[in-house]
Amino acid sequence: MSKSQTWGIVAEFDSASAIYQAAEKTMANGYQRVDAHTPFPVHGLDKALRQGPSPLGWLVICCGFSGICLAQLMMWWMNGHDYVIWTSGKLPYAWQSTIPVTFECMVLLSGFGAVFGMFGLNRLPRLHHPIFQHATFWRVTDDRFFLSIEATDPKFDRTQTVRFLESIGGKHVAVVEDIQ
Amino acid sequence: MTAIQVVDEPENPLVRAPLVEGKNDFTSVTNIIASVAEKKTPRGWYLMFGISIALLLNLGAMIGYLVFTGIGVWGNNIPVGWGWPIVNFVFWIGIGHAGTLISAILFLFRQKWRTSINRASEAMTIFAVMAAGIFPAIHVGRLWVIYWVFPVPNQMSMWPNFKSPLLWDVFAVSTYFTISALFWFVGLIPDLATFRDRAAKAGRTVAAKAYGLFAFGWHGSNRHWIHYEKAYLILAALSTPLVLSVHSIVSFDFAVSLLPGWHTTIFPPYFVAGAIFSGFGMVITLMVPARQWLGLHELITLNHLDNIAKILLLTGTMVGYAYGMEFFIAWYSGVEYEQYAFINRATGPYWWSYWIMVSCNVISPQFFWFRSLRRNPMVLFIISIFVNIGMWFERFVICITSLHRDFLPSSWGYFSPTLIDILTYCGSFGLFFTFFLLFCRFLPILAISEVKGVMPEANPHHGHGHHGNDAHGSHAAHH
Repeated sequence: MSKSQTWGIVAEFDSASAIYQAAEKTMANGYQRVDAHTPFPVHGLDKALRQGPSPLGWLVICCGFSGICLAQLMMWWMNGHDYVIWTSGKLPYAWQSTIPVTFECMVLLSGFGAVFGMFGLNRLPRLHHPIFQHATFWRVTDDRFFLSIEATDPKFDRTQTVRFLESIGGKHVAVVEDIQ
Repeated sequence: MTAIQVVDEPENPLVRAPLVEGKNDFTSVTNIIASVAEKKTPRGWYLMFGISIALLLNLGAMIGYLVFTGIGVWGNNIPVGWGWPIVNFVFWIGIGHAGTLISAILFLFRQKWRTSINRASEAMTIFAVMAAGIFPAIHVGRLWVIYWVFPVPNQMSMWPNFKSPLLWDVFAVSTYFTISALFWFVGLIPDLATFRDRAAKAGRTVAAKAYGLFAFGWHGSNRHWIHYEKAYLILAALSTPLVLSVHSIVSFDFAVSLLPGWHTTIFPPYFVAGAIFSGFGMVITLMVPARQWLGLHELITLNHLDNIAKILLLTGTMVGYAYGMEFFIAWYSGVEYEQYAFINRATGPYWWSYWIMVSCNVISPQFFWFRSLRRNPMVLFIISIFVNIGMWFERFVICITSLHRDFLPSSWGYFSPTLIDILTYCGSFGLFFTFFLLFCRFLPILAISEVKGVMPEANPHHGHGHHGNDAHGSHAAHH
């Protein structure tokens, strides 16, 4: 059984400056669950939409630190403890010779943290999204800019919000349903 | 949308040349790049792809023959235990440095001109590292126990020796490949979404599904862009020391040994400069024809080629300085073996390879002092071929001439490659070009969203008269 409920309202804008001004006006009007959809990151839009910075850096620092610890533990345990190999009179474990591998492991785990952390924070991959049903939304990856106000917004109203988005210059303003 | 004028008169250093030329807006940028993959496959592509596939099959045959017969099919022997396979490994891994350099280092330095060449260069990096990785793997002889280099339990109950630079190299190259591939994929996601949406609109369902699967459901949300840009910045910050570390560690394969000609402290910076030089050489070799055949003149402009030529001039000159400094240190050290190794390089039985190296790597980039030559694609292409040849010979000189006359004159020898050596090397080009041609055919070969981001109209305060701009300007002035 499929049921449908309103996901939100989507409006199209022509340019980076238009979406920027629309975002400022929408926030000034008291809407909260607002997002912009753009073909490339528009500078300053996060401030206009009052979206905070990404916490990804902290995650990556933790991953990098784990990489350092795991690499050191691995090399100490394998070469200095579990099966000691004496070559050229060098110590089985000496921190100097472990630096290159430690560095590489740090970079590897940090990179995993950055990429998979970004996907996690963005809840991606998600192959379906209600907003794709908007008639002209396919141009978001080409040359158009979209503003969405979700139905969960306290100020959301099917007629008032549509009228508001049209008043600030939005085109193809349409209610998007979430079909499940 | 504002039209941008073509700037081709002598450069005024006070005015920054536009990064996208001609009357282009966001729509036309998407169209130019997407049409490369959407229009009918040109006949020339099939021809080149056929040649590449043939060479790739030849590589498979050569590796099969090697595995079933043994390392004796190559020219490697005592005293030259590291022959062409190691030369080819260092050659390809060097080429694999330009992509990440362009993506990461130029990104951190806010060099916006990188946007039109970074995608193809990153692809080049990944395919070059794949070609490079084959050689040390098959060089171990017994390919079926290659997993002994990884820290996994094996039948000897032994662990790898982490004091060996060769093992550092395993970690460096595999990390480099993984991070470069992730960096490339992250950059591709918004552009794959563009391809998905265009394919869906045009009714090409299979293509839309395939691109859609890898686009991960990207819908350009600003919340997504915030995390995305952060991830991109972090990857750039990680890749910058990574790219410098990889060729440094490759140079440790040589420098940590005690062999005259190899045991030098200049090796890490010298190898890194050489890697950047050879990588940018290959970028030119690939991008000049691609720009011509795929009609990308307005996105890959003469200013871009000019910038790459300047980097070639700089790194080529640095490599030349390293060649000179190696000789000076050999003399200054007072060690007769060291001195002999270098005099033997320039005047011994392999003198020809040394002078091919010097003329291709040091002399040929000096033409780029002239602006007219930097902006002539034909000249760039020809010099880039010389750079590729010269950088292969650099690795040949380092490997072969340092080994062929060792400490005991009775064991001196002269290395000659076998036919199998030559065919295996040609085969590695087949691997590289097969993947590169597939990339050119099916994927966005320029970073669409990044190119749009550096166009003037991408600035939200662009064009829209005074109200937007001034409001913010005066706002800022008050603080």
